[in-house]
Amino acid sequence: MPVIRDVMPAFELFQPTSIADTLGLLSRHDDAWIMAGGLDSFDWLKDRIKRPSVIIDLGGVGELRGIREAEGGVEIGANTTLTELSSHPVVREKFRLLAEAAGIVGSPQIRNQGSIGGNLGQDTRCHYYRAGWPCYRAGGNICYADTPTAVNREHAILEADRCVAVSPSDSAPALIALDAQMVVRNADGERIVAARDFFIGPWLDITRMTVLKQGDLLVSIRVPGTFAGKSHYFEKVRDRQVWDFPLVNIAAAMATSGNTIDDVRLVVGGVAARPIRLVAAEDAIRGRTRNEDTAQLAADIATRGAVTLRHNAYKVPLMQNLVKRAIRGEGAWTS
Amino acid sequence: MIACKVNGTSRRLNVHPMKRVLDVLREDLGLTGTKEGCGEGECGACTVRIDGVPVNSCLVPAAHLDGVSVETIEGLGANGKLHPLQDAFVVEGGAQCGICTPGMIMAALQLPRGASTVDIQAALAGNLCRCTGYEAIYRSVKKGARGR
Repeated sequence: MPVIRDVMPAFELFQPTSIADTLGLLSRHDDAWIMAGGLDSFDWLKDRIKRPSVIIDLGGVGELRGIREAEGGVEIGANTTLTELSSHPVVREKFRLLAEAAGIVGSPQIRNQGSIGGNLGQDTRCHYYRAGWPCYRAGGNICYADTPTAVNREHAILEADRCVAVSPSDSAPALIALDAQMVVRNADGERIVAARDFFIGPWLDITRMTVLKQGDLLVSIRVPGTFAGKSHYFEKVRDRQVWDFPLVNIAAAMATSGNTIDDVRLVVGGVAARPIRLVAAEDAIRGRTRNEDTAQLAADIATRGAVTLRHNAYKVPLMQNLVKRAIRGEGAWTS
Repeated sequence: MIACKVNGTSRRLNVHPMKRVLDVLREDLGLTGTKEGCGEGECGACTVRIDGVPVNSCLVPAAHLDGVSVETIEGLGANGKLHPLQDAFVVEGGAQCGICTPGMIMAALQLPRGASTVDIQAALAGNLCRCTGYEAIYRSVKKGARGR
């Protein structure tokens, strides 16, 4: 179907000013599209690939914005901008990993506009899918990125199931590493979802990246004090040092006594449809000394089961090296 | 109807709510100083300030203009005189083809006098220039930054 770009398809726009009104609107409109900063939304709508009949703009909902301290951690409103998050003094002091991850998204302009909720809920960047090809994720029955001639340098090496698209978020691995919890509301009430369970793979629902269903609203993110002020690490590898999405990123939080790893979280993004928490590697290194042998052990375990496509085999050593660097604590910054 | 301020003047805009702020400025308000580069947030050529914060106007829907204050490159000079930052771009050769220049200046506007090269690079990280190789731009910003 030819794409007509000069006339935006008709839709109804709602600009609620409270969470309650937003939930009311969501329950009344089956195909409502939620827009926060508008970056991912605008991308889809401008290209006419998604054509919702109702758009709900969260810009006027003050309750969704801001960061407050709570029980040794912080609670972050879902429509807080990435700039507000990355420059917040308490986040910087206690959860440096999250501040670094939020502060490396996109460009300064994009972080000034984009929200943390949008960064977590954004759709995948697979260029076949984004261009509107009728792939599995779009409801079709083929993956255009997994064919002999496909361009798939940025695609998945783990957990692929028909679809080989990857999670593009930088803040998502950071929040999983910090044991964060997502506060989700809909017309029926509120539920709390662990960050680790918030992101889903194609085997669960190939058309979604998160547990959020139509009618759900991500209200806030709670970061507990578990890893406050502990050893943190975040690194993102991308082609251009600004604007680009990660080829692979890693978030790590570690509690140590002396040089012994008491507890650890290792989470890698850009390698699967959801950020992958490396539980087996974590289990293997818990209680061990933080040294080169331990780093090597974790790296060896981390990529077990990896299946590469024609152009993305580089992601295996890249991911291994990032795991090693996280455990060594080397890189642009470490704490 | 969307009510906002553009360069200090109150405006009431009767535009499609999902029209790009870039197009509202250029087509509805005749402010063609703001340029379109990539149209997807990569180049920063269309940078304007909304409530004092630099954003890519090609990615902001007009719906987000209600109640805000927009600053564009046209709002910088006063009484026929250029802003010091604009003047520095002229003197230091910070502009060559000129397409990136309004966005560069709007992104650099917040930098204080005496900003370090690292701070300048961080503030301009979202702005691409295909002519200058950036050195002349950094020199210009170093000379003209006044922290606005």
